[in-house]
Amino acid sequence: MGNFGFAILKERHIDYDANDKSVAEYIYDHEPSFRVCIECGCCSATCTTGLFTKFSLRELNILIKRGENEQVRDNIVKCMLCGKCTLVCPRGVNTRNVIMLAREAFQKNLKNAV
Amino acid sequence: MQFDPFIIPFNVGLYFILFYAVARSVIWFRDLSRPDKLRLQRGFFGRAFGQSLKDIFLESLVHRKILKSNFRLGYMHMSLAFGWFLLILFGTIEADVFGQNHLNPPYKAIFFKFFNPDHGRIGLEAAYSFWMDLLLAFILSGLLLAVIKRFTSRVVGMKKTTHLKTLDKVALASLWLIFPSRLLAESFTSGAYGTGSFLTGSLGSVLASFLPAMELSYPFWWLYSLSLGTFFVLLPVTRYMHIPTELFLIFARNSGIRTGDRPGAFKEIQTYSCSSCGICIDACQLNFSAGISNIQSAYLLKGIRNDEDVSEIADNCLMCGRCDQKCPVGIELTPLRMVMRRAGVVVKNDGNIWKRYFPDRQTLPVSKSNGHPLYDWLPEPETVKADVLYFAGCMTHLTPAIKKSMVKILDASGLKYNFMDEQGGVCCGRPLMLAGQDKEARELINYNSQIIWKSGAHILVTSCPICYKVFKESYYLDVEVMHHTQFIQMLIREGSLKLNFLQKKVTYHTPCELGRGSGVYDEPKRILKHIARLQKTNFDDENSLCCGGSLGNSKISYQKKSKIARDAAAELTKSDPDMLITACPLCKKTFSSATGIKVADIAEIVVEALAVPKSKKSQPAGAFNRKEPASIN
Repeated sequence: MGNFGFAILKERHIDYDANDKSVAEYIYDHEPSFRVCIECGCCSATCTTGLFTKFSLRELNILIKRGENEQVRDNIVKCMLCGKCTLVCPRGVNTRNVIMLAREAFQKNLKNAV
Repeated sequence: MQFDPFIIPFNVGLYFILFYAVARSVIWFRDLSRPDKLRLQRGFFGRAFGQSLKDIFLESLVHRKILKSNFRLGYMHMSLAFGWFLLILFGTIEADVFGQNHLNPPYKAIFFKFFNPDHGRIGLEAAYSFWMDLLLAFILSGLLLAVIKRFTSRVVGMKKTTHLKTLDKVALASLWLIFPSRLLAESFTSGAYGTGSFLTGSLGSVLASFLPAMELSYPFWWLYSLSLGTFFVLLPVTRYMHIPTELFLIFARNSGIRTGDRPGAFKEIQTYSCSSCGICIDACQLNFSAGISNIQSAYLLKGIRNDEDVSEIADNCLMCGRCDQKCPVGIELTPLRMVMRRAGVVVKNDGNIWKRYFPDRQTLPVSKSNGHPLYDWLPEPETVKADVLYFAGCMTHLTPAIKKSMVKILDASGLKYNFMDEQGGVCCGRPLMLAGQDKEARELINYNSQIIWKSGAHILVTSCPICYKVFKESYYLDVEVMHHTQFIQMLIREGSLKLNFLQKKVTYHTPCELGRGSGVYDEPKRILKHIARLQKTNFDDENSLCCGGSLGNSKISYQKKSKIARDAAAELTKSDPDMLITACPLCKKTFSSATGIKVADIAEIVVEALAVPKSKKSQPAGAFNRKEPASIN
């Protein structure tokens, strides 16, 4: 490859081959509506937990799909399951179940255990 | 001593089931918690005893509740249970009075005709035979309905009936065989001896005219005894276990024992009291609106009895409580489901039939094992002193019209109040509980409790029935918890709110958590009658529908949820009202997108009716500038 004067910054590098997609697969299997999420962010906008912390379901959704589970594992536990995100979702994604399934997935996969 | 080998199967079955029932009752009693044991003892030797006997007669035998709601189904159950009971009772009297000895072993009454074929020719004996034939005809008519129901359940007014397992089918077949075989056995004997009344006598003489009645009667007596014996032996491992269990349940319930939130012996008793009649399936909106017909309470309890993994079934429920209201046995279905949710995935089924006669004590984990949330991020609780605290709740923040209306009402009331979660507060904890995570919910409950305690308030008003239920049941608070409908009703009664009458037709939707969940039915309707023309619907009070938006069900898809919402809204707006009123922000949100008619919370319509004071001077004293807390009574 020629040197075009551009380079991939290490911190912005997403390595799909190395990433662990098992959590995403688990959620897809049990809650198919997760696939239709367009990451619009309505869930994050209405989130009660988001008022007090940096918790953002939109961000977590993207990270789960990318397979970058580190941050998800630390943050998914903050949700209070109040269900507002499910009500505002314009795509009808059952977000409350997505969070419950993500927690279950981490629990089942011991190396990722919460 | 009259004896014949054919009575052996019956006797084996009878003494087995009697011994089993006693042994199982002792085990259940042993497994009850200490306070429950005391309650049961007190109930057994106290006033509850008479009440229990009355309940057993009315519910277990006559099946009053089913009769009231569905006559044909009730008749079917009554003819089998009450008819059989009468047949045994009068059979025993017959054997004792007309037989050779008084005080006979039970089989004498059951096989009376075989041992006394000449009985019933004239006088009192004939009249008695007529009565016994009438009872048999009564049972057979119910049995006929039961057989038809198995094939087309609509005949008895039921849309769905439960699916059965192999053992259930064998037990069902033996139960069905009992009475026809008795009829044929008695008829052949009567035909041979020329006795019997209108049923057995007539059938007997017809059969005897072309068949060797004497020879044929004997195999039918065997069949009768065998089917009785089979039924009794299979009873403990099939749904017919509900017959002995329900007696225990009625005593326990009348003694004041409730499911509570822990698994235990009483949960097991309730599980076995279910007869799988299927009334809960017809009551369930997931069945008749969303087409999900394998998760209803009858299936949940059957799954628990068979030691299957019921976590999927337990989670797929709106928790609306319609089945609790309809259950003819009065099983606390929703609390049982909560217990199973907390347990998560529990599988113990090792396929051993013998073990099912004495199942292991159901030791369920008290809290769910998978996925622990962590709430170390909760902010420092801030408290403001006030007399009245207003907690809007998460859902009310999604429907700002309600909280704005409530602020107007609170302002108009003149009370010193504080809007506890004006900037968005911490969840009340009930959604976590509905997901089976009670331990984690406690953290949120403790957090909110601190704020409420420190505020020194007398009244806690909430707009959300979900919050109301948890504040009322799971918080330990020294304040009066009020739903805003109760609060508004109190203000109206005290004269603090002056309302105009609106020329509007409205229908009222009772939210599940407020109505069936917390028993608040009257207050919202009184307010509505005060300010508008309230129309009746087919689904009022205990029979109200769920809007479909319930947080209870995390498994149902958006499409099915909105189908339930559309169906429910269509039912509630049948009379074409100007507004559909509800008292729950979640119901309002769900219905808004499901109907063309304006949906509003009760607080909004109250604000609309709020009388504008003409001048400050003409106000009645104390109505708008009162600062002392409202009286609590």
